[in-house]
Amino acid sequence: MLRFVIRRLVSTVPMVLVVVSLTWGLIRLAPGSFYTGEKRLPPAIEANLRVKYGLDKPWYVQYGKMIVNTARLDFGTSLKYEGQSVNAILWRAFPVSAMVGLLAYALSLLVGITSGLYAAVRHNSKWDYTSMTLSMLGISVPTFVLGPILVLIFSLTLFWLPPARWDGFATRSAVLPVLTLSVIYMAYIARLTRSGMLEVLRSDYIRTARAKGLSETAVVLKHAFRGGIIPVVSLTGPALAGLITGTVVIERIYVLPGLGTYFINANLNRDEPLILGIVAFISITILVCNLLVDVAYAYIDPRIRY
Amino acid sequence: MSSTKFGDTGDSPLIPPIAGSSLFHQAMRRLVRNRLAVFGMVIVGIIAVAAIVGPAIIFRATGYTYDYIPPDSDLVRSFPPSWTHPMGTDNEGRDMLARVLLGGRISLMVGIISTIVSLLIGITYGAAAGYAGGKLDELMMRIVDMLFAIPYMMIVIVLLALFGGQTALGQLILLFAALGAVSWLTMARIVRGQVISLKNQEFVTAARATGVAQWRIVMRHLVPNTIGPVIVYATLEVPAVMLLEAFLSFLGLGVQAPLASWGSLAAEGIQNIAVFPWQLIFPGVTMALTLFSLNFVGDGLRDALDPQTRRS
Repeated sequence: MLRFVIRRLVSTVPMVLVVVSLTWGLIRLAPGSFYTGEKRLPPAIEANLRVKYGLDKPWYVQYGKMIVNTARLDFGTSLKYEGQSVNAILWRAFPVSAMVGLLAYALSLLVGITSGLYAAVRHNSKWDYTSMTLSMLGISVPTFVLGPILVLIFSLTLFWLPPARWDGFATRSAVLPVLTLSVIYMAYIARLTRSGMLEVLRSDYIRTARAKGLSETAVVLKHAFRGGIIPVVSLTGPALAGLITGTVVIERIYVLPGLGTYFINANLNRDEPLILGIVAFISITILVCNLLVDVAYAYIDPRIRY
Repeated sequence: MSSTKFGDTGDSPLIPPIAGSSLFHQAMRRLVRNRLAVFGMVIVGIIAVAAIVGPAIIFRATGYTYDYIPPDSDLVRSFPPSWTHPMGTDNEGRDMLARVLLGGRISLMVGIISTIVSLLIGITYGAAAGYAGGKLDELMMRIVDMLFAIPYMMIVIVLLALFGGQTALGQLILLFAALGAVSWLTMARIVRGQVISLKNQEFVTAARATGVAQWRIVMRHLVPNTIGPVIVYATLEVPAVMLLEAFLSFLGLGVQAPLASWGSLAAEGIQNIAVFPWQLIFPGVTMALTLFSLNFVGDGLRDALDPQTRRS
């Protein structure tokens, strides 16, 4: 297991470099630059700035410097936010996105697994149909439609929750963003849990367990659950990645100062160091999350060996 | 038996085809019996027809188009729904119904074209990897695994933000390419799995024995037999891509005004949610209804084409 973890961690390095190189290449190939904005700088100043940032060197020198800096996790200073290092921005913005993402992750697992489990146990009951229709609705309603409707109801009509502000973890301001972000994953997880459990509950070893005279609770929770939950575990890797990038939209709706907001602005401003820094940071986060999921996989399903 | 079932090489079949219920007919019968799937197909059909012919009808009846801004400055503001504007108007006084229908046209087009792009790439790649087998297969699938781990949404955002914004049409083409290019991975995996399970079956051996060329075996004998799972996945892919497009347009990176997609309409609407809620509600609900129906159709197709995994 330890060897597997180390091997995977080592293999993330080239992958992050590939993603960063791809982004760097796209930025370089795109027409225009940070300096082609509405306010043109005098040519002499622009030339001096280019020298300062090393933009006068040939591309392979710049590329090499970028790779070395990325490997040292030093992304330089932002062009737009003067005097702020990219790392400072990352450390300020990431906790916001991570808190929303992780809370949504926990909420969607809790609600999704519980309702999916219950729907499978009470198969073809009213609860089954209701929860499955609701989950289909959850998959179909885009977050940017759901979010504003929730704001309209809970903020602008009932005045219960703030429409757009961020006071930090476990405050009232976190309720709407977390709820909006988690709905679609709740729905996916409920559907996967239900179909996974239904399949397992039909298998022979469950019949054996019932024949032994075990209580239904023990059969469902001890014997069936572990097998039925495996499709959910394999979804959680992509889901974590989706939650991290999904916060881009949530941050736009609720005007949160998270990574997504900075990422979109950095792209629109062509703030090259910030774009690269955020891309590298998120790639590393996602790869580490995927690794954690794979490790969890091995714990849940003893047939999986690394 | 397999020579008639899969025999489309032009050789005269030894056994005349038996009239009766083919797999396809049985699947169709199962699909039609699924009430939710039929409901979904009807709704999608209505919305698609409305998106195609609706704008012309509105123009004939009222003279409004999606980009018509009234010259009278008193009318340049957002009006609530009324008889002349069933969905109200937007901030410039443009008819929302016409814009929602245009948005539907573009959203559905993005969904379908990007799915076709991903089908073409995914089938070619997956079939090639599966048929080649061995080291090449392993290498190709390793690449897919790696691409799966990449935060592609971020690359798409970079691509659209930096290269987009030149012309409306260019932006659309960029969108098709970007969305198609990121969604072929699952398709490649599905096709590869199918091809591997099929390629050692007798009808392929028979084709090889009669001297059919390699690419012809892949294209005429293997790929058509993967069609079931591919159709199911493609049907579920359309709403997923539409959702992705809506996200990008919502962030201001996709479809640009005066063109509209459901995502860009929602992005305009959210800014006025407190005052002019109809600007968000109509495009939002239309989109949700479409995705809802498409998902039901996809689920119904899966149950119909693959009765073993049927969850009833």
